[in-house]
Amino acid sequence: MSGPALRAARLSPADVLRVGAEGLRSRRARVVLSALGIAIGIATMVAVIGLSTSSRADLLDRLDRLGTNLLTAEADRDARGDEIKFPKSAVAMVERIGPVEHATATGAVDARVRRSDAVPEELASGVTVQAARPDLLDALNARVDQGSWLNRASERLPTVVLGSVAADRLGVTAPGAKILLNDRWYVVTGILAPIELVPTLDRIALVGYASAERYLGFDGHPTTVFERSTDASVEAVQGVLARTVAPGNESGVKVSRPSDALAAKAATDEGLTSLMLGLGAVALLVGGVGVANTMVISVLERRQEIGLRRALGATRGSIRIQFLTESLLLSALGGLAGAALGAAATFAFARAQGWTTVVPPWSLAGGLGATLVIGVIAGLYPAVRASRLHPTVALSAT
Amino acid sequence: MTPAVIELRAATKTYPGGVHALRGVDLRVERGELAAIVGPSGSGKSTLLNLLGTLDRATSGEVRVAGYDVSRLSDAQLSALRARHIGFVFQHFHLAPGRSAQDNVADGLLYGGTGLRERRSRARTALEEVGLGHRIGHLAHQLSGGEKQRVAIARALVGEPDLLLADEPTGALDTVSGALVMNLIRDLHAAGRTVCVITHDHDIADSLPRRIRFRDGEIVDDSGAAPAAPGSPLEPTEEVTR
Repeated sequence: MSGPALRAARLSPADVLRVGAEGLRSRRARVVLSALGIAIGIATMVAVIGLSTSSRADLLDRLDRLGTNLLTAEADRDARGDEIKFPKSAVAMVERIGPVEHATATGAVDARVRRSDAVPEELASGVTVQAARPDLLDALNARVDQGSWLNRASERLPTVVLGSVAADRLGVTAPGAKILLNDRWYVVTGILAPIELVPTLDRIALVGYASAERYLGFDGHPTTVFERSTDASVEAVQGVLARTVAPGNESGVKVSRPSDALAAKAATDEGLTSLMLGLGAVALLVGGVGVANTMVISVLERRQEIGLRRALGATRGSIRIQFLTESLLLSALGGLAGAALGAAATFAFARAQGWTTVVPPWSLAGGLGATLVIGVIAGLYPAVRASRLHPTVALSAT
Repeated sequence: MTPAVIELRAATKTYPGGVHALRGVDLRVERGELAAIVGPSGSGKSTLLNLLGTLDRATSGEVRVAGYDVSRLSDAQLSALRARHIGFVFQHFHLAPGRSAQDNVADGLLYGGTGLRERRSRARTALEEVGLGHRIGHLAHQLSGGEKQRVAIARALVGEPDLLLADEPTGALDTVSGALVMNLIRDLHAAGRTVCVITHDHDIADSLPRRIRFRDGEIVDDSGAAPAAPGSPLEPTEEVTR
């Protein structure tokens, strides 16, 4: 004697969501606080990824603009430790290498720089002098910030152009000022904008070759040769550059590619990014633990509700899915808030740096995906615990 | 013959530690009856309530509710049995405070596989049936104790259960509200529903057609089924089955 076969009904997905949301709605403060943990983690990760992507995009932009085909050859010490000298004809010889489009050079000048004769000679100003050819500016893609660059006329006169840092150190704020090179007064005709490819030139006072030879005892030997070639032949040129500028003395030549330094900066940023991502992941993990904790406490507090639902006909499965849904909604809430927060932080910071904001969509999707995984993991144990409560708890509790 | 709503044969319940909460209970409640299960605390009536509500299983003996042999059903099937055939009313109402009377009542149908729209409309009807048609949109915590219990009764009967189990339904109410709730229960019985009221209060028990008295896990007195609902057959309340 038995009725028709009993089969428990399944809640529709809409009902599952409704019941889960109901549980959160009645405990708002706790929901906000535990979602905050997740939000902080996700925001950190999205912002870190967004900022590093934005900064790398900016760096690539700059590399694009500055070009990666510049090579420098510096006179250094040879195997015996003696300083080598490039021949005066070094630039002409470099220009004779096939793919080289443009070559120029600077030569170190042994001169002391002072702001005025009131400054004692022994006091180092931190600024050195180099003789430069007028075509240096083009070769480096550099530009003058104030005043003018050396020209055919001024390169013979006691005039000097200061790098941005050099001007700063000497306290020169505008062209027209006079500074002392050794005991000779020089007029500052221009101040350069920071040179991104060769930042060492920022600390230098540049004078014309002729002027340096005439007033400062410059011997006319270049110490650094700059050349640009076609992009495809940079490595080939790099192979022969040392031999060309200092035949027989190659070991004393330091050949480098300044754009490598910028690219290396991108690589070091990557290391920092991984570290920050790791920190974000830890924050996310802590957030996940917070959600799990909230859910466990929730199950303890809601024994009566669970018992009531069992009495109303909820199966263990419906209780399990109810608490799992709550945990998922809780962390998804945090994830959404975190993604928005992270994107906003990226936007604000990138704007302040003058970068274009790049928030990769995969970082947002990944962040939200991570919160869902965390929601499931954090909710699983409390949900199973809730489903194992005996149905009589609603009746026994007061 | 339609099966009895409740049928217990030599049902026992022993808790771990050797506590014999029920010692061989035989009980039969027919469709349409209104019965009081009365006894002091510790008499086993709460254990009996758990068995009748299929919230717990008997240690031995047979328990049939709405014709189903509880011992043969899985946990999920018992859930379905509760969802479709049993309605619970608790001493402390167990309403969700921040939700409307209608939503609380509609939850009585949540696990029976009914759609939201139908749950809401049937909840409205059930609230009207308990005289709370004007409180449909009120939040549970805005209602008086008596109103809360009537909402809880509406939630129990919205699924048209075969059996309404009320556990001390007036235990948390003042006298006036309690009397109102008991009147409502009598009205439901008059409308043909089967109701079991579990109470320790003899006055309440004495006001109901059938009284089953419990002590130390055994039935000590059963006034017998009264011919309250028309057409329900009179059966001997205790069958010797051992």
